[in-house]
Amino acid sequence: MPDWITQLSLPMPLQWGLGGVVVILIIATLTIALLAHRKPEKNWTELKLRVRTWWWIVAFFSLALLGNKTLAMLVFGLVSFLALKEFLTLSSTREADHVVLFWAYLTIPLQYYWIHITWYGMFIIFIPVYVYLFLPMRMVLIGETKGFLRAASSLQWAVMLTVFCISHLPALLILPETVGKGDIGTGAMLLFFVVALTQSNDVAQYLWGKSTGRRKVAPKVSPNKTLGGLLGGAATTTLIAWLIGPYLTPMSPLHCALAGLLIGITGFIGDIVISAVKRDIGVKDSGSLLPGHGGILDRLDSLTYTAPLFFHFVRYLYF
Amino acid sequence: MPWLRVLFVLLVARPVVKLWLGLTIRHQERLPLTGPAIVVANHNSHLDILTLYSLFPLAVIRNVQPAAAADYFLKNRLMAWFATQVVGIIPVKRGTKKGDDPLAGCRAALADGRILILFPEGTRGEPEVLSEVKSGIWHLAGEFRDAPVIPVYMHGLGRALGRGQWLPIPFFVDVAVGRTHFWQENRQAFKQDLRDCLLQLRDKVLPVKPNEEEGY
Repeated sequence: MPDWITQLSLPMPLQWGLGGVVVILIIATLTIALLAHRKPEKNWTELKLRVRTWWWIVAFFSLALLGNKTLAMLVFGLVSFLALKEFLTLSSTREADHVVLFWAYLTIPLQYYWIHITWYGMFIIFIPVYVYLFLPMRMVLIGETKGFLRAASSLQWAVMLTVFCISHLPALLILPETVGKGDIGTGAMLLFFVVALTQSNDVAQYLWGKSTGRRKVAPKVSPNKTLGGLLGGAATTTLIAWLIGPYLTPMSPLHCALAGLLIGITGFIGDIVISAVKRDIGVKDSGSLLPGHGGILDRLDSLTYTAPLFFHFVRYLYF
Repeated sequence: MPWLRVLFVLLVARPVVKLWLGLTIRHQERLPLTGPAIVVANHNSHLDILTLYSLFPLAVIRNVQPAAAADYFLKNRLMAWFATQVVGIIPVKRGTKKGDDPLAGCRAALADGRILILFPEGTRGEPEVLSEVKSGIWHLAGEFRDAPVIPVYMHGLGRALGRGQWLPIPFFVDVAVGRTHFWQENRQAFKQDLRDCLLQLRDKVLPVKPNEEEGY
């Protein structure tokens, strides 16, 4: 067998975790099929599409957990590429900045390369410092000043959210190995922990918001978000984190619960921040890449907050 | 050399359009798969031809040919070879003197039962601005009255690779195929119908404005 296949290994808790996700998806698929059978007069297409897309997302994400670093970088590099493309397609870029946009895309392979070679110092300052200073310089050399501030800040934000923030996910993967406190399997479990909790938090907030809660948290940005949804969702996420965290991470049960609370609240914030962007631009969905969900940013919105924040939480306390 | 065109579509057009850019298409089923047929599209970028090519199944590609400006694409021998032999354009001479027939190549292609791609605005123009539809399409459709005319609107390509730019930047691209039109006697009405259809398709592919009450 080739080397890279024998390198693939999933730690036991991760197998259980992924198995759990697959079971949930099977239940969801069957439930919808049953409901569609019972009430064929209602339109189930949207929900069916949504779950089918979930299967694809889980399959694609699992590739990053297999323990092969290069594969994981390719997976998240592609995610960043699609997200940046979606962001730039939405935002109004200037024709003059054509070449600058190319440089913005070029940050993706570089950023993931720093992670791959475990160069933490470069990974953490490359975009906030070097790219931050370079992009406006390149724009100034072109010389178009009309709309400069708006174009420069939109681009900075695009790169920060879609490349820098998202790249913290594969950075979690190699974090334990870098500091010699575990292997890539340990990192894969951290990665699974934050992604699974962030996504289940989205679902929990939605369900709690539907069933309880009347007081709106951010009525101008996102009229459907209620305080009940936020609190119920965050509590659920805290509980799940406290239950599964000790198996998946080196954290104590208390720290697991705190991490759950952090993910529950900041996931909500990431969600409404992207909502504000969409509302400003005047679109409902960020794209149409994920049938039933909208665009890729609609799925990544909460992760842009939880990924870097959880990364630094666990890094400060344990690595 | 149709097999060069198939290779070009497989190795260049499709990867560039579907991976580097990213394509959303509405009503692909309305595209003609047999000729003679005329596909009319708005024109903002060199990527337009690549995008239209990537909408067709590979088996059909050998039967699809775009009309393009001879003065631009036949400038030098290398480019002329690439444009006519690989991309497979039908050269159209713009602004020729009386007696010369600029559309002879297009006519031959349709008579041969091929699917002809026309850019009725005549030139790439400003991104996302639809210029007037020229009369050549009316003359052609009049000679081949059985050939359906299918409008296609493409959004976002002028941004990805505009006039004078050489580096295609990734943007998601939206394409919408309109209903089939046929020639009609009134030239102005025919042209207006096509233009209206393209404008209507443009409204379809532009980002959807949300309902104020709706959630996100």
